[in-house]
Amino acid sequence: MGRLSLVARVYVGAVAAAGLAFVVRGPLGGIAWLEVAVLGLLVVVCESTATRLRSRHLSWSPNSAAILAAIVLTGPVGAAVVGGCAVFGVRRGTSATKQVFNGGMMALTGYLPGEVFLLLGGEVGTPGQSSFPELIGPFAGAALAHVIVNYSLLCGVLWLTGEPGSAGQQARALLDPRVALTELGYCAFGLLIAALWSVLGPFTPVLVLVPLFVARWAVAQFAAQQRAYEATVSALCQAVETKDFYTRGHSERVSRGSVMIAHEIGMRGERVEAIRYAGMLHDVGKLGVPTQVLQKTGKLTDDEFAAIQLHPMRGLDIVREIGFLDEALAGIMHHHERIDGRGYPMGLTGDEIPEFARVLAVADAFDSMTSTRSYRGARPVPEAIAELRRWSGTQFDPAFVDAFVAAIERDGWTGPDTAAPQSAGAAAAHDHDDPTAPLRIIESL
Amino acid sequence: MTTTTRPRRCGSSKASEAVGERRYEPRGFPRQVLDSGQSLLVIFAGVLLIASVAQTAAAGPRDVRDAIAFGALIAFGELLRLSLPGDRESAPIATAGALAYAMLIQVGNHPARHTAQQVIAVTAIGMIVGALPHLAVGRPARLSGMAARLLAVACAAGVFRPLASNPEIGRHWWLALPVMASLVALAWLVEAVIEALIRTDALRARFGVALVDEMRVQLPLGTAVGASALLIAFAAEVMGLAAVAMFTAPLLVTQVAYRRYAGIRATYLQTVRALARVTEIGGYVETGHSARVSRLAVSIGRELGMAEPELLELEYAALMHDIGQLSLRDPIPGGATVLVVRDEQRRIAEYGAEVIQQAKVLDSVAEIVRRQSDPYRPGAGSTAANGGRGRGRGNEPPLSSRIIRAANAFDDLVGTSVEPSRAAAAVERLRLDTAGEYDPQVVDALGRLVSRRSVLGP
Repeated sequence: MGRLSLVARVYVGAVAAAGLAFVVRGPLGGIAWLEVAVLGLLVVVCESTATRLRSRHLSWSPNSAAILAAIVLTGPVGAAVVGGCAVFGVRRGTSATKQVFNGGMMALTGYLPGEVFLLLGGEVGTPGQSSFPELIGPFAGAALAHVIVNYSLLCGVLWLTGEPGSAGQQARALLDPRVALTELGYCAFGLLIAALWSVLGPFTPVLVLVPLFVARWAVAQFAAQQRAYEATVSALCQAVETKDFYTRGHSERVSRGSVMIAHEIGMRGERVEAIRYAGMLHDVGKLGVPTQVLQKTGKLTDDEFAAIQLHPMRGLDIVREIGFLDEALAGIMHHHERIDGRGYPMGLTGDEIPEFARVLAVADAFDSMTSTRSYRGARPVPEAIAELRRWSGTQFDPAFVDAFVAAIERDGWTGPDTAAPQSAGAAAAHDHDDPTAPLRIIESL
Repeated sequence: MTTTTRPRRCGSSKASEAVGERRYEPRGFPRQVLDSGQSLLVIFAGVLLIASVAQTAAAGPRDVRDAIAFGALIAFGELLRLSLPGDRESAPIATAGALAYAMLIQVGNHPARHTAQQVIAVTAIGMIVGALPHLAVGRPARLSGMAARLLAVACAAGVFRPLASNPEIGRHWWLALPVMASLVALAWLVEAVIEALIRTDALRARFGVALVDEMRVQLPLGTAVGASALLIAFAAEVMGLAAVAMFTAPLLVTQVAYRRYAGIRATYLQTVRALARVTEIGGYVETGHSARVSRLAVSIGRELGMAEPELLELEYAALMHDIGQLSLRDPIPGGATVLVVRDEQRRIAEYGAEVIQQAKVLDSVAEIVRRQSDPYRPGAGSTAANGGRGRGRGNEPPLSSRIIRAANAFDDLVGTSVEPSRAAAAVERLRLDTAGEYDPQVVDALGRLVSRRSVLGP
């Protein structure tokens, strides 16, 4: 969180104070303290092993289960105490402010839903055979309230402390329906703990923790595998690029640029992932183009140009067997189409061109212009933007050009290193991605 | 232009005609058909099913409401079947439901009185109902897998149902819990053993290796399934049948995570396979070379008793073993690395390893690729064959590298030919070089595969 503004401090203080106040106000008599102790310990364990969400500042732990169980077993005040135990979670790299906020927030997510539970006619105490299925309604209400309270408090703190630009991204990570659904799934564990208390006693959390930790393990495995995947794809793409010094890092940057556009126009998470890979792989088909054609400095013959024009098809050929979204494949195949229909390989016009391809085309051309080529130096970003605008509507989709420009003006753009090539022999020819290169149309295609 | 797959065979073939010509042709990999062992298993499960249904029908089904609820859960779980890494199938929710049904002591106010036969009948019917929609959309169920799951449940039910009527079990959770936990473990073990036997049979893997692989893959999910089964069984006492509906949700979370994990793993392999073909499209290697070498290498590795994680690394390394050729300005004629000088081979291997190392997660794969050009016995050549194993052992390239070296040489010599005599001749040629170049153990395994015709087309 770094340095906090005054408003943010007041906010964090208010949340913590409210949580504390509800605990102190009580009534503290008649609370089942054994249950509170066991569940509080569970919260500490969960909080200490929380997994980070994709956003830097958010992490997620299954302590909802313990808090909701506490609502049923010990009532709102007991649940507030159990939630407040989040203060004691041991985690690296968490500031004291964060700990205090988490404690206060979790206490509130215990107390307020606890009141909802009572309001809906839920009965506090160890549920017996006669409590079901009547208990399910109030419990579901409490679970929903828990998620709502948790999310609104989190959104509040993100809004007050987030750097400009990143707040929206974090809110998106938070509001990912999968996260919310998982959260509700873990809430169901809370009822399980409460229900089994009469049968298994304090042993219940141990048994309940097992599937929970397996689920977390699986999620972590998934994340690790995804990172490995990304790294491998990027390494292999770089291998492809070694054919040509000037295009080194091109795929990586086109991928980044496409993702910027995708975020800007509010694409869904899954599609953003797909376009990230599409960007990385968009030029893979260039390997089908013989090196001497790619590196030829003179004028290309029609046959040679035809070979270059075929590279999107070749790329498709290579990646077709990957279980991608079809959209990514279409994007790779059509990333050299132009809005006015003078592109290749199919000569599609306007909306006929798949959305992914229109996004890729903008990022592709932009990176090409801002990189050094053998026949010209790298252009500065403003000049490249002007160039994009000039071709907007004829070569590029204006909507995506606008989105890209907006994203660059806000977040900036990191171009390639402008160091000169070491090997003198690697002289690249006219870049096929450069929109300022003269347009050529091959009739035979 | 050079748009054909062969390098440097120029001429001005029209670019467009080469587009769809390349095809990925799998060559005689042991196919997964129901052979004798598996059909025996399925027949056994079928007989068990018929006997159980008949017996349950004759004695009259007990607690029909419970049976329907659990049957529905099992069908639902079977519908949400899950693919695990290594061409495995699992139905966690169905298994948890079936095990919970087998270990039910009390549902609400009334004791559960159903028999082991009824458990088997309900489980089997639930599984079949859940498999039907899959069948309808053309995804046939793996009968042997279903049979294994049914037998595992049958074991647990057979032991626990007679115990369930014992009042002591129902009264003390500290008595019931250990019994139930060990039965869940038993069921898990039974399924693992059966699955390992199936794999031994189908893939000619070694049983011990297959069993360890199976247990490693199934352990985390199996633990979650077992714990969920116990939880449902216990919760049914307090919550009645509501427990069945309620506590599928947590297991669903696990399953979603698993599905995504398995999905990305599959995509990973597909991507490496696809990108490995980059060298073919660039004209550096003959079409299908990487795929053939990797298939052959994995077969050899399995023949030599390698475990699954090692096999996966071997497969990655074999697929990418020629990626270093991208650094060459001029492709080697035919891409046959066996024909070029050792220094060149080493440079290619080194460069390929560097590329792979950039991924940072595949370091062992990079090491395999790096060492693929090293001869089996560095600097040996003429030393006595006897002393080979002991001396210079520390300097020996890893087994996976030795396998790739032999598989690569074999494919360079044989190519797309399906003629058995040519393959046999290639093996003989490699055998001549076992003094220094190739690992005799690997060449022997290759020879066995060739004589079984499992590397050549039908």
